Amino acid sequence: MRARSGISILLGLVLAIAGMGGASAQQTIKVAYTDPLSGPFAQVGDANLKQMQYIIDFINAKGGALGKKFELVPFDNKSQPSDALIALKSATDQNMPFIMQCSGSNIAAALIDGVNKHNDRNPDNRIIYLNCGAVAPELTNEQCSFWHFRFDLHAAMKAEVMVRALPKETTKVYLINQDYLFGQSVQRELRTYLAKLRPDVQIVGDELIPLGKIKDFSPYITKIKASGAQALMTGNWGPDMNLLIKAGIDAGADLRYYTFYAHLAGGPTAIGAGGDGRVLSVMSFGENVAPELGNKEAEEFTKGFRDKHKFDFSAAGYRTIFEYLQAAVNKAGAVDATKIAFALEGMTIRDFLGFETTMRKDDHQLISEYFVGSFKKGVKYDAENTGLGWATAATVLAKDVDQPNTCKMKRPR
Amino acid sequence: MEVFVVSLLNGLVYGMLLFMLASGLTLILSMMGVLNFAHASAYMLGAYFAYTISLYVGFWPALIVAPVLCGLVGAAIEMWGLRRVHRHGHIAELLFTFGVALIIEKAVQMTWGLLPVPYRVPELLDFPLFRIYGTQFPAYRAFMLLISALMFGAIWLGLTRTRVGLVIQAALTHPDMASALGHNVPRIFTLVFAAGTALAGLAGVIGGNYQVTEPAMAFTMGPIVFVVVVFGGLGSLTGCFIASILMGLIQTFAVVFDVSLADLLAKFGITVTASTPFAEILTVTLPRIGALLPFLMMVLILVFRPRGLMGTRDT
Repeated sequence: MRARSGISILLGLVLAIAGMGGASAQQTIKVAYTDPLSGPFAQVGDANLKQMQYIIDFINAKGGALGKKFELVPFDNKSQPSDALIALKSATDQNMPFIMQCSGSNIAAALIDGVNKHNDRNPDNRIIYLNCGAVAPELTNEQCSFWHFRFDLHAAMKAEVMVRALPKETTKVYLINQDYLFGQSVQRELRTYLAKLRPDVQIVGDELIPLGKIKDFSPYITKIKASGAQALMTGNWGPDMNLLIKAGIDAGADLRYYTFYAHLAGGPTAIGAGGDGRVLSVMSFGENVAPELGNKEAEEFTKGFRDKHKFDFSAAGYRTIFEYLQAAVNKAGAVDATKIAFALEGMTIRDFLGFETTMRKDDHQLISEYFVGSFKKGVKYDAENTGLGWATAATVLAKDVDQPNTCKMKRPR
Repeated sequence: MEVFVVSLLNGLVYGMLLFMLASGLTLILSMMGVLNFAHASAYMLGAYFAYTISLYVGFWPALIVAPVLCGLVGAAIEMWGLRRVHRHGHIAELLFTFGVALIIEKAVQMTWGLLPVPYRVPELLDFPLFRIYGTQFPAYRAFMLLISALMFGAIWLGLTRTRVGLVIQAALTHPDMASALGHNVPRIFTLVFAAGTALAGLAGVIGGNYQVTEPAMAFTMGPIVFVVVVFGGLGSLTGCFIASILMGLIQTFAVVFDVSLADLLAKFGITVTASTPFAEILTVTLPRIGALLPFLMMVLILVFRPRGLMGTRDT
């Protein structure tokens, strides 16, 4: 008898504590964030995390959503799909309504699959996958899912932006890409859009390189020069991009470099002053966009990050993500993944730079403006203390990247 | 012709950089039998030390000081770590150096950050030395060639013409006998390990600004250096030299030749189409697999000539 009452007291205590835990969990809207936070790509995850934290603090200061604050919960996935799925499991165990992931389309594909299965099996504990940078076009076409929302333009859209930025005088281009899923899709899309938009342009070389294996790019530069190319187009990132451009500049090759990722962490440092006026990058944002537009508020916001951290702020797109979340949660009226997902569909928001953006209903792909930055001297905010920075060479509006899709969306009842 | 000459120069520069790295490793491996996984980490440390030193006193002092610092780090690792682990056999040594490599990488990340550091070529050498068929040949590359050639000469003279060198050579092949003759073999081990690490550090000083100084540089450079050492053969500096230059040239020229096995078969009148068996493999062009060729060559040499090109004993 006595033992039993002891157990019931214990049980009551446990329930009370669990209840308290539940209550405090309800006060914030948790967003699980999984990206490499250790290993060779740790810099990517680390930089993202700091920028997101800055943005979340800002959104929370503006009231969060439904009177609750957003909270970022990081999980290291070591660039491994299996670890990302473990993060997903922890997130759903703690009833988090969102999981966010930015780098690696292979990881994104695994997450989409995992989220679909989880949401089918657990209708009362669903989770939305916010994709902040995995850009394989397949993810919103063949593989599209109701629970997946992509907040960055996909590779085909970026390829179109890059081709549109090619000046009239350029008629000979050389393509170099990394030999894996992403690099191959960039190669394919660049060929498609060059043929469609610029039939006058001749592709004088088209090459795939082994991912992260090349230490000396000089032989490639020799080959590119011999081909007579005026511009090099590449989706390479990390050392494969840095070393390629460095080798080209060292050899004094008369080339312009069209890249996807030269503006990201480490790129400007590696390129250096030799790249003045030669390197272009397709980007969602650059620190000089706001002053060029004369948008004081956006400039202040960007500068606020610079004052706190030692590296550049490149993640304006993340602010758009949280503005969408804020609006969608408010519109849904509850922190409920299904309701929020329906609220996000077709939503339009004017982003902080003043451009119209839409979360396309058919495939959950964000359609937003995009920029092509040119790396040069004499800009207001330089990149990574190199004295050079990204000036906007071209602005492509949302309506110009509104490519068709093949998604057959299955919505829950 | 144009492509050939420029590629030859590029291959030579890259090969010499490989040699600077591999020469230290081959000394350590052939003398102590330690497969030093931390060797490429010393290369990275050399680059980072040189970057930091050059911020204060410029590149030229860094060229001397950074390798010396690396040598001291190497001596410390040998005296206080490796020597204790030595008695537990080669597996323990291997694991130990592997651990050291990971620790150094993490330490570098924590000290200098995750992003590449702006370690640049000194202004004195930042000009194109000459133009060849319209391609600039930077003076810095000529400088790299010069340094590595000097280094090769110095090591060779040191090993064959000095007393210390003779003792090292004796300890290489007959450590027990050298010890019995009254030479302090452990101290020679420390000396060789420190010298090998310093050489890697020197390679880092001049390779760090030629490439990009970042925390992943050790891991990208590591495997290829092992290939060079195995290919060149244990205990042979000349073999190591030949292997380095060969690897540099192979990787450079592989990029230039856009041929595949299918082209080769076409010469014999066999046309490869999409329906041919193994069409995927047959149509892969040489540049796509160029970076893998050294590893293929390592496998082949291990099968057919395990002692390497000029090696004196089996690996």
